[in-house]
Amino acid sequence: MVAMQLQSVGAYHGRKLFVEDVTTPVMKAGELIAVIGPNAAGKSTLFKRITGLLKGPGNIVIDGARTKNAITYMPQDTSANAVLTVYESILLARKQGQSWSVSDSDLSFIDEIMRALNITSIAFRDLGALSGGQRQLVSIAQALVREPEIMLMDEPTSALDLHRQVEVLDFMQRRARSKGMVVMIAIHDLNQALRFADKVLVIANGRMRACGYPRDVVTVDMLRDVYRVHARIEKCSMDHDHVIVDGTAH
Amino acid sequence: MAEIAALPIEAEAGRERYRALARRKLMILAAMTAALCLSFAVDLAWGPARYSLGEVIAALIDPSSVSAQIRAVVWDIRMPVAVMAIVVGAALSVAGAQMQTILANPLASPFTLGISAAASFGAALAIVTSVSILPVAATLLVPANAFIMALIATLFIHFVSQMRGVSVQTVVLLGIALVFTFNALLAFLQYLASEQALSAVVFWTMGSLTKATWPKIGITLAVLLIALPLFARHAWALTAIRLGEDKAASFGVNVRRIRLETMLIISLLAAVPVSFVGTIGFVGLVGPHIARMILGEDQRFFLPGSILSGALLLSLTSIVSKSIIPGVVFPIGIITALVGVPFFFSLILSNRSRSW
Repeated sequence: MVAMQLQSVGAYHGRKLFVEDVTTPVMKAGELIAVIGPNAAGKSTLFKRITGLLKGPGNIVIDGARTKNAITYMPQDTSANAVLTVYESILLARKQGQSWSVSDSDLSFIDEIMRALNITSIAFRDLGALSGGQRQLVSIAQALVREPEIMLMDEPTSALDLHRQVEVLDFMQRRARSKGMVVMIAIHDLNQALRFADKVLVIANGRMRACGYPRDVVTVDMLRDVYRVHARIEKCSMDHDHVIVDGTAH
Repeated sequence: MAEIAALPIEAEAGRERYRALARRKLMILAAMTAALCLSFAVDLAWGPARYSLGEVIAALIDPSSVSAQIRAVVWDIRMPVAVMAIVVGAALSVAGAQMQTILANPLASPFTLGISAAASFGAALAIVTSVSILPVAATLLVPANAFIMALIATLFIHFVSQMRGVSVQTVVLLGIALVFTFNALLAFLQYLASEQALSAVVFWTMGSLTKATWPKIGITLAVLLIALPLFARHAWALTAIRLGEDKAASFGVNVRRIRLETMLIISLLAAVPVSFVGTIGFVGLVGPHIARMILGEDQRFFLPGSILSGALLLSLTSIVSKSIIPGVVFPIGIITALVGVPFFFSLILSNRSRSW
C-alpha cells in the first residue's frame, strides 16, 4: 500500500522560493488530506512541486507505489477550447504514452468512472459547450482514469453546487478507502474539509502552519491567525465539527 | 452516484457510441482519400491538351498502351505538378495544424506568422543580390536562402512564444510584425532590382507549382515522411496540449520538450515546400480548420485529416489554376489566397465551437 511523506519540502516559482519547509506526518493509503489556506497561500504550488512540475528543496518520500507514475495532479484551471468530446478528452488522459489502439477494457473503465461521477449524459458533448461545474467533473474523471495511487486535486469542487460538492467529496473519500489511494484536496470550504478529511494541512504565505487531525488543526486561533476571521467551532447534528464565522478580524 | 453505477445498460452505451464515432471518422478519412485520388486524376487529365480520364488512367497503369505524346504530357509535364500539389499541400497543412496545436492559436500558420514572408525575402535576396546565406551551388541558391530565412522566422516565433509572460495574442501580433518587416525588406530589394530580377522575384512570391521537379518532390516528401511518424508518436501528447499546458503536464506530458521538437519539425515542414514553390498562402491555415471541423482534434484523426485536406485543397486549386483561362496556368498562390481570404474572414467572425 502506498504512503507519502513530505520532508522540508519547498518550491521555486522562477527564482523565488514560494513555498518552504513543508513537513507532514506519513499520509497513508485510504486517507483524504485537505489542504487549506487563504488565496495565494501556496497550495497549488505545493501540488506542482509534489507532481514534479516545479523544483525545490526537500524530499518527497513515496513508499509502496506499484508504478513509476503513481501521482496524478488535477489542476485548478479546467478551461479547454479543444474540439473534442468529453469522452475523447477522458480517453486521452488514460492513453498518454501508449499506443493508438483503444481496448474494450480502456473504454469500459472510462464508462465506469463516468457513471460513478454521474456524467454519462454529457459524454459526447463538445468540451467547449460545458459549464464550469461540468468541466470540473470531467477533469476529475480525467485524473481518475489514470488510476493514480496518489491523487492531488486542486480545488476540485469550487465550481460545483452544494449537492455535487458533497457527492464528489463523498465519492473521493470512498474511492481512497476502496482503492488504497492517498488523496490530497486543496479546498476553501472548511466545513467540507472537517467533514471529509482524515488530516488537514494548513498553509499560509508559503509556509506550513499546521498538519494533523482536523479537530486539532482547525481551531479558533488558527482561523483568526490564518484567515483573519472571528469564528466558533460547533458540533452539527451529524456530529461533525462546523465552523461558524462571526466576522472578520483586523 | 452508487445507484447509477449499478446500471449495466449504460455501461455499454459510452463504449459503443465511441466505437461508432471512431468508425465514422475513419469513413470520413476514407472518403477524403477517394476524393484526393479523383482530384489527382482530374489534375493529370486537365490542361491545354484535353485527355479523357480513361486515357490518363491507362497512361498511369500501362504507359506503353498510350501514345508517346500522352505519355510525355502525363508523366513528364503534368505528373510532377500534380504530385507536388499533393505533397506541398499536405506538408503546409500539417505544419499549420501542429503550429495551431502547440501555440494554441487558430490563426497560426506558416503564412500568417510571417514564415512565408521570410522565405520570400530569402529568395529575393538570392535573386536580386546573389548573396548566399549557405555555401551551396548556384542552382540551389534561391531555395537555400528561402529555407534559411523561413527557419530563422519559425525559431524566432518559437523562442518568443516560450518566454515568460508572452500570451497567445502576442505571438500572433509578433507574426504580423514579421510579415510587415519581411514585406518591407522585400519591397526594398524589389526597388533595387533589375527589371529581369524584379520579374523573377514577383513570380516567385506568387507561388507556382510549375517549378516542380522530381528532386524537389523527393526532398519535400522525405521531410514529410520523417515528420509524420514523429508527430504520430506524440499523438496523445499533442492532443493533450490542446487542453492547456497545466492539464497536459498533469497527464505526464513533457510540454516543453514536445513543443520544441514539434516546432523544429514544423520549421522544416513549412520552410522546405515554400523554398521550392514560393509563397502559397492559406493552405496551412484552411487545411487544418477543415480537418478540425469534420474530425475534431484527436490527433489520431486530425493528423491524417490535415494531410488529406491540405493535399486535396491544393490539388483542387491546381485544377482551378488551369481552368480560369484555357491555356494559361495561373500561379497557384494567387488562387489559394482568393479561396483562403473568405475562409479567413469566416473564421474570424465565426463563433462556432467546432471550428476552435
